[in-house]
Formats: sequence, C-alpha cells, structure tokens
Amino acid sequence: MGLLIYGVSAKSASRTLDELVAHHGHPKAPAATHTLPVLGGASATSLSSLRGKVVVLNFWASWCEPCQVEAPLLERAQSTLARHDGTVLGVTYLDASPDSLRFVRRYHLTYPNLRDADGSFAHAYGTDQLPESFLLDRQGNVRALSRGEIDQAFLDRALALAQTS
Amino acid sequence: MHVATAERSHGRRRAAALLFLLIGLAGCQLAGAGAVDAASRPTLPAIERQVMCVSCKIPLNVAQSQQADRERAFIQGLIDEGRSESQIKRALVGQYGPAVLGLPATHGFDLAAYLVPLAVVLALLAMLAMLLPRWRRHSPPDGGRSDASPALDPSDAARLDADLARFK
Repeated sequence: MGLLIYGVSAKSASRTLDELVAHHGHPKAPAATHTLPVLGGASATSLSSLRGKVVVLNFWASWCEPCQVEAPLLERAQSTLARHDGTVLGVTYLDASPDSLRFVRRYHLTYPNLRDADGSFAHAYGTDQLPESFLLDRQGNVRALSRGEIDQAFLDRALALAQTS
Repeated sequence: MHVATAERSHGRRRAAALLFLLIGLAGCQLAGAGAVDAASRPTLPAIERQVMCVSCKIPLNVAQSQQADRERAFIQGLIDEGRSESQIKRALVGQYGPAVLGLPATHGFDLAAYLVPLAVVLALLAMLAMLLPRWRRHSPPDGGRSDASPALDPSDAARLDADLARFK
C-alpha cells in the first residue's frame, strides 16, 4: 500500500517549478544546457544558446488541438518579439517529425523548433500535458508559466518583458 | 543400331525428367523460403499490440484517434519498407520517445516494476529455505506413513512362525 501511494505521488508531474515561480521569484530555467535536435534539421542546440533573449518556450505536438489554436498567436508574437531581441522557442514532445513539420508548414511558423525525443526536457519542466509555455527572461530565469493553452495576457507579458528589459 | 538409338533417347528422357525434378525442387525451396519470410515479417496488428498511442496513453490496438491513425500509418510505412520488428520499435522510440513502448523506465520509481517481483521471488525462496529444514525435522522418521503394522501378539507371532515353517 505504501509503495502504491509513493508510486502515485512520484508519477504525478512535478509542480516544483510552479511553486518556485509563484512564491520564490524567478528560478533558473531547468535543463538549459540540455541539447535537443532541431526539428527537420541535422543540428542540435540548447536553451542556453538563447541566453540574452526573452524566450517564450512552448511545448507542443501536432496532435494537440489547443496547440493548433495557439500556433497563430505564437507566430504573431514571434514577429514582435524578434524586433526586441526575443523569440518563441517551440519544443515538440511525443510527436513524429513528419507530423511536426507538416504542422509548422500549415501554420507558417517561423520561430525555431526543437525535438524532445525522449521527453526528458519536458519532464524537467513538469510537462505532462500539452500545450505548456514558459516565459524566460534574458538571464534565463522563468518569469511566468502557463499549463494549458496560452492567452493574449501571457503573450502581452512576454512582449512587455522584451520591450522593457 | 536400333538398340543404341533407343538407349540414347531413353537417356535423354531420363535427363529431362531429372532436370524437371531439380527445377521443381528448387521452386519448392524458393516458395518455402518466401513463406518463412512472410511469416517472420512484422504485421501492423502485431506491432499495434506492443506499443502505445502516445496522446491517448492506451495501447495502440484499442486506440481510436487521429494520432493513433498517424502512428499506424507511420508503422505501416516502416513495414512496407521491409523493416524488422526491432527496427520499427527503434524508429518509434526515435520519433515518439520511450513512452511509446509503454514499458516502465529503468530508473526512478519505475524501477520498482522490475525489482518488486524479483524481491518477492527472493523472499519466497528465503522463506522456503528457512521452513523446509524445520518441516523436515518435525516429520516422523518413517516419512509420516500411517499404515505401519502394529506389533504382533507373542502367541500370534508363534502361530505365524509355525505356519511359515509349514509352507517351507
């Protein structure tokens, strides 16, 4: 029985990051040096390569319906963020590359996208459902997060951060 | 002269028959090999039973969703390319991550899925090792047989001896 209780608590997604963001300011973005392959490319990169930029880190998959809804919003935000040294960074999770690439073409996404093939990067953020988004400042700290579909308020906060920092 | 021609024609017929036999045997062999190949080739239902629908988190063979259909199409594509079962599984893990296999991880709490059964077996063996000698110590020396004959009365024993002596 004890094992069962421990198992249920251990298997549920970690919400440590949520608590840190809510009560303890701006924690460092987890797994920032974790290298991920570029979607549709042969190279790989990590979140730390974007240090100095405001980043909207967005976990998505082509089969996720809310991801389809927020993709045009993210693309619109990207055009503004790019002007203020910021970017959206998409990370696909539990998705096959051909499907992800079709999604990128369908929604004309211009921001970079990486593949989290083994899910370890997503797990570091406590991500178990899609979509989820994290706002990172120029120092690589998590300033806000959204578990579920983002709204305009979240993106406005990202744009404000990019414009003022 | 006639005999020689007949013999030559007979020899040619035998050679032709032998050739047909060899061709037939080779054909059977090829057909058999093809049958074995077909049998060992992975099938979509066989793979579906072993993998998960990553978005619905249920086995793919019972999943009904757009994503499940995409996974099936991906698997079918690999089958059509002639990939083996293990190659297909590797490709699935490469695309969808290890979660697609639905197996417990070999780290963290998931390790318990492998360790607990092992611990149970070891505990049972230890229990047997402890209880078996005790059980053997407590069992009667004759192996617990309850059909042992009672001791004979001296008069009955004498009568039995006399009877046996008579039959000698």
